[in-house]
Amino acid sequence: MVEKKKLQVEAISTGTVIDHIPAGQGIKILRQLQLLGTDLRITVGFNLPSKELGMKDIIKVENRLFDEAEASELGLFAPKATINVIEDYSVRGKFKMSVPEQLESVFECPNSNCITHNEPVQSFFTLKQRENDIQMKCKYCEKSFSKDIVAGL
Amino acid sequence: MTNPLYKKHIVSITDLTREELELIVSTAEKLKKSPRSDLLQGKVIASCFFEASTRTRLSFETAVQRLGGTFIGFADGGNTSLAKKGETLADSVQVIASYTDAFVMRHPQEGAARLAAEFSTVPVINGGDGSNQHPTQTLLDLFSIYESQGTLDGLKVAFCGDLKYGRTVHSLAQALCQFGAEFTFLAPDALTMPDFLLHDFEEAGIKFRHADSFEEIVHEADILYMTRVQKERFDETEYKHIASRFILTSEHLLEAKPNLRILHPLPRVDEITVDVDRTPYAYYFQQAENGVYAREALLALVLNESI
Repeated sequence: MVEKKKLQVEAISTGTVIDHIPAGQGIKILRQLQLLGTDLRITVGFNLPSKELGMKDIIKVENRLFDEAEASELGLFAPKATINVIEDYSVRGKFKMSVPEQLESVFECPNSNCITHNEPVQSFFTLKQRENDIQMKCKYCEKSFSKDIVAGL
Repeated sequence: MTNPLYKKHIVSITDLTREELELIVSTAEKLKKSPRSDLLQGKVIASCFFEASTRTRLSFETAVQRLGGTFIGFADGGNTSLAKKGETLADSVQVIASYTDAFVMRHPQEGAARLAAEFSTVPVINGGDGSNQHPTQTLLDLFSIYESQGTLDGLKVAFCGDLKYGRTVHSLAQALCQFGAEFTFLAPDALTMPDFLLHDFEEAGIKFRHADSFEEIVHEADILYMTRVQKERFDETEYKHIASRFILTSEHLLEAKPNLRILHPLPRVDEITVDVDRTPYAYYFQQAENGVYAREALLALVLNESI
């Protein structure tokens, strides 16, 4: 007998599904990717059961495919998340996120005395996983910060 | 063979390899023994101090002149187009670099030297960027350590004072990680070595420990690197209570190893009493003098394919 698999969040025809987000990180991703306050149709699920994570969050964004910079940001908040590109209700592409080694021009340096704030350059961080955190080091002022501080969370 | 520092920007001590650090130290030693007045012949060096400095600026300018070069520049950024007309540092650097063969700078903001290196067509030498890096201080510290100990390898180095904000302490400790040093830290609770550096030391396989008094340090240390505990970081009663524990006197040195040398980036206020100056362990004035030779070595290597 084939067990009928029931989707936990309604399927979308075209768009992006970010799955396997650690529970609690979903809201941060929505905020950071500035998905809230747009007219995009977004379906979210928080604290859904997950074999791998125990509990997970999921985000489905209709009619929108993520670009590389957004994927990099996502990797920062949910390195184990998967991004599924959906077309005509089926998965056309699937890739796993990983913590990016570098991040350019996405976040401002939290150091208020860093030269990047008043000069014509883009911010640039190198990233390092350290225990349960990701440390981000500014290329210019060489100060290291927790990713949550850099992302202003 | 071209020396590896030729035309290289010197922004952060962590950019330099062990071999490059050793080359600078050995070149400083040679230039101290046998002065050369030809190595910067015909070269013009920019000496741009957007923030005031005494020892760094004067020793750089002395180094340039001793090597036969000339310098242009300013000792205070207040009268420049940046301050008066709102020009960006990036634009100022491009213009000044086009007049000169190398660009020595100090700036009150962290990251200024890295930014300058991106816009300069000539080598940038960082003379201090805010609380971040001061690589030439570290080079003269390394030269002084080498000169007084005969080696840079496997030394026991104690750091005392403000280990949280002291950029000289951070840079020197980072550099010594390449030479298998062993560290001891003596600092007020509020001014201990930052965690991110302790992680770096662990990753580099460096042994370190925290001490509570000079007595725990002097009998085994080869180098005692003193820094000032700044009054403004504490309220007055707290400061009085704390500071007395971090003032080094000659009495603390009774059990010192004979080869112990005390270094200090200067200026000293009261953290080393003057009676220490008369002991054989005091080395901070020789260290300050070595600033000229270390900077001579760096300028010579950056501007000459081979020496």
